[in-house]
Amino acid sequence: MIIWLLVAFPALGAALLLTWGKESDRFGHLIATAASALSFVWGLVLFVRLLGRDSDDRTVTESLFTWISTGSFHVEMSFVYDPLAALFVLLITGVGTLIHVYSIGYMAHDERRRRFFAFLNLFVAAMLVLVLAGDYLVLFLGWEGVGLASYLLIGFWQHKPTAAAAAKKAFVVNRVGDVGMALAIMLMFKEFGTTEIAAVGDSVAGATANTITALGLLLLLGACGKSAQVPLQSWLLDAMEGPTPVSALIHAATMVTAGVYLVVRSNAIFDASETARNAVVIVGLVTLIAGAIIGCAKDDIKKALAGSTMSQIGYMMLAAGLGPAGYAFAIFHLVTHGFFKANMFLGAGSVMHATNDDVDMRHYGALRTALPVTFATFGLGYLAIIGFPGFSGFFSKDKIIEAALGHNVWIGLATVLAAGVTAFYMTRLMAMTFAGRKRWREDVHPHESPRVMTVPLVVLAAASVLGGVMVLGDWIAGWLEPVVGQTEHHEVVLLGAEWPPIAVSALVTVVVAIGVAVAWTTYGRGEVADTAPEKVSFLTRAARQDLYGDAINEWVAVRPTVTLSRGIAWFDRFGLHRAITGVVTLIGEGATGMRAWQNGFVRSYALGIFVGALVVTLSLLVVVWR
Amino acid sequence: MSELLGLSMILFTIGAVGVLVRRNALIVFMCVELMLNATNLAFVAFAREHGTLDGQLAAFIVMVVAAAEVVVGLAIIIAIHRSRGSISVDDVRQVRG
Repeated sequence: MIIWLLVAFPALGAALLLTWGKESDRFGHLIATAASALSFVWGLVLFVRLLGRDSDDRTVTESLFTWISTGSFHVEMSFVYDPLAALFVLLITGVGTLIHVYSIGYMAHDERRRRFFAFLNLFVAAMLVLVLAGDYLVLFLGWEGVGLASYLLIGFWQHKPTAAAAAKKAFVVNRVGDVGMALAIMLMFKEFGTTEIAAVGDSVAGATANTITALGLLLLLGACGKSAQVPLQSWLLDAMEGPTPVSALIHAATMVTAGVYLVVRSNAIFDASETARNAVVIVGLVTLIAGAIIGCAKDDIKKALAGSTMSQIGYMMLAAGLGPAGYAFAIFHLVTHGFFKANMFLGAGSVMHATNDDVDMRHYGALRTALPVTFATFGLGYLAIIGFPGFSGFFSKDKIIEAALGHNVWIGLATVLAAGVTAFYMTRLMAMTFAGRKRWREDVHPHESPRVMTVPLVVLAAASVLGGVMVLGDWIAGWLEPVVGQTEHHEVVLLGAEWPPIAVSALVTVVVAIGVAVAWTTYGRGEVADTAPEKVSFLTRAARQDLYGDAINEWVAVRPTVTLSRGIAWFDRFGLHRAITGVVTLIGEGATGMRAWQNGFVRSYALGIFVGALVVTLSLLVVVWR
Repeated sequence: MSELLGLSMILFTIGAVGVLVRRNALIVFMCVELMLNATNLAFVAFAREHGTLDGQLAAFIVMVVAAAEVVVGLAIIIAIHRSRGSISVDDVRQVRG
């Protein structure tokens, strides 16, 4: 199997588009799309070949060359293609290709479209390196590449100060996570002498509990940065400044899932440390709830979806933190979420396309007739995310909730509640956008997007509906078993009785129905004010401010750093600088004073000589006579 | 012995004071010679006292050096007198000229 070919196509595409001159403007986007599509086709071929193998023979390692070899430290530029990587490759290249196609239409009038596609290719290549890496150092290469591509794409419309600031923010916050990641890799090297993923997994058994816990927590910090988990969540909402396909590709379907991937990939470490697992669960739970609350209060359609992304990734994190009971379901939800969230983000892009890039949902309303295809596909994605029975999200989310209930009743109930909140904010979004009466601005004449944009929507909508088939016969758990081990099953015990899975599903469905009903009566049937109401509860106000995430960062991180820097600058100016200039002044003044002695009179020099000789003689006499 | 040393001290003091107070370069020059000869006297006196030749030898060396110094010194003084028309040591404050 030639694994590197997967990465080579988009990498080559990016290099070609970035170096080719203006004449490639006409067909650059086609090259990029073809590169991504070729990668997808090759991914399919490899996937089918992997399916043909025995389940215990499904890990293929391919070493390209020796990257670093110094002393006992040895890093191979190696790719590992196994069931987990295979799923990610299909998700990244599949959704990625659809988004490339969509972007042809969406960015049609942007004069820098070729560059945009180069960055998209770069992102796909980096993400593939990340998921195929056989060594944590190679993974880190992809990890940073993804961060770079994300920075470039968020700030793609760099003429907008908000976009430039958002890109910088994403970059800086991601660096915080990267510190954790880098420290984890260093710790692996120190403790195990290797950074190869499989070797690290084997070494875990011989390490102390503290080392494992530290490793787990550091990896979690890295995962938090990339996956926008609390406390490093603040960049994701601002990242919506980027073009909408970017939001769909990076900030919903793929890049933000890198953190979940990291935790699942490092399952050997997390299996061995309950503290680290609990930390993952807590982070996931907090983000799950925080994201859901933020999603409820945003009027900006993309930010509402971003809040929802945070929340859904919280679900995945939580599942990953449950250990062997949840790894497979984390990945399952990740894949289905990749489908329906990309679908909805692209749908939101289609809506914005129709309304002169207005993102305020209060200016929408009744778009279902104007945008029938967008409405239909968005609706299917909506049904998938709220977990309408039979849709992909129903299966994937139910599995997580079931596992969470089996782990701890209270955590489980929190996820059930969050499912209801999800239903609420998504229904609110649907109702404000597509239902109700027209609230369009005067110069807005909504029109359906061109075919090149709607076809990806249709494909993604189909995937959102059908993604659930992966769970039939527990296929996903069996498929991932070589990587994450046997999926444990815990019985759900609630109110002193054992609940079968069907009862849990029924409970979730009821809660979801309540969420939908509440949102529909408020926003679907009621009037939607043209501007956001001022008199709202404290929680709503907080949610509009992203739960004061920026303020907390400001006070916890930014202000102390600024104060410290000011202190150091002050010390530099009034301490070090004064001391050095003081010495200089002393020498200068002293020299000026001594210059007066050099008056040119021979006799005064002679006097100096005599006095000196006298002093020497007298001191000699004193010494001799004593 | 002490008479010789006393004379040496008197001669040396006269020379030293002369160097410090006189402005005429020739006089200053002669005062320097006076001091040199005062030390010569002291050398010879000590040599006699100890019955060795070391002091005599030192006196000879001083004389040779003094003779050489006189040659160079007088030449400089004449050159200064020609270029400035004065041999006052206070007038030669700057080297340029």
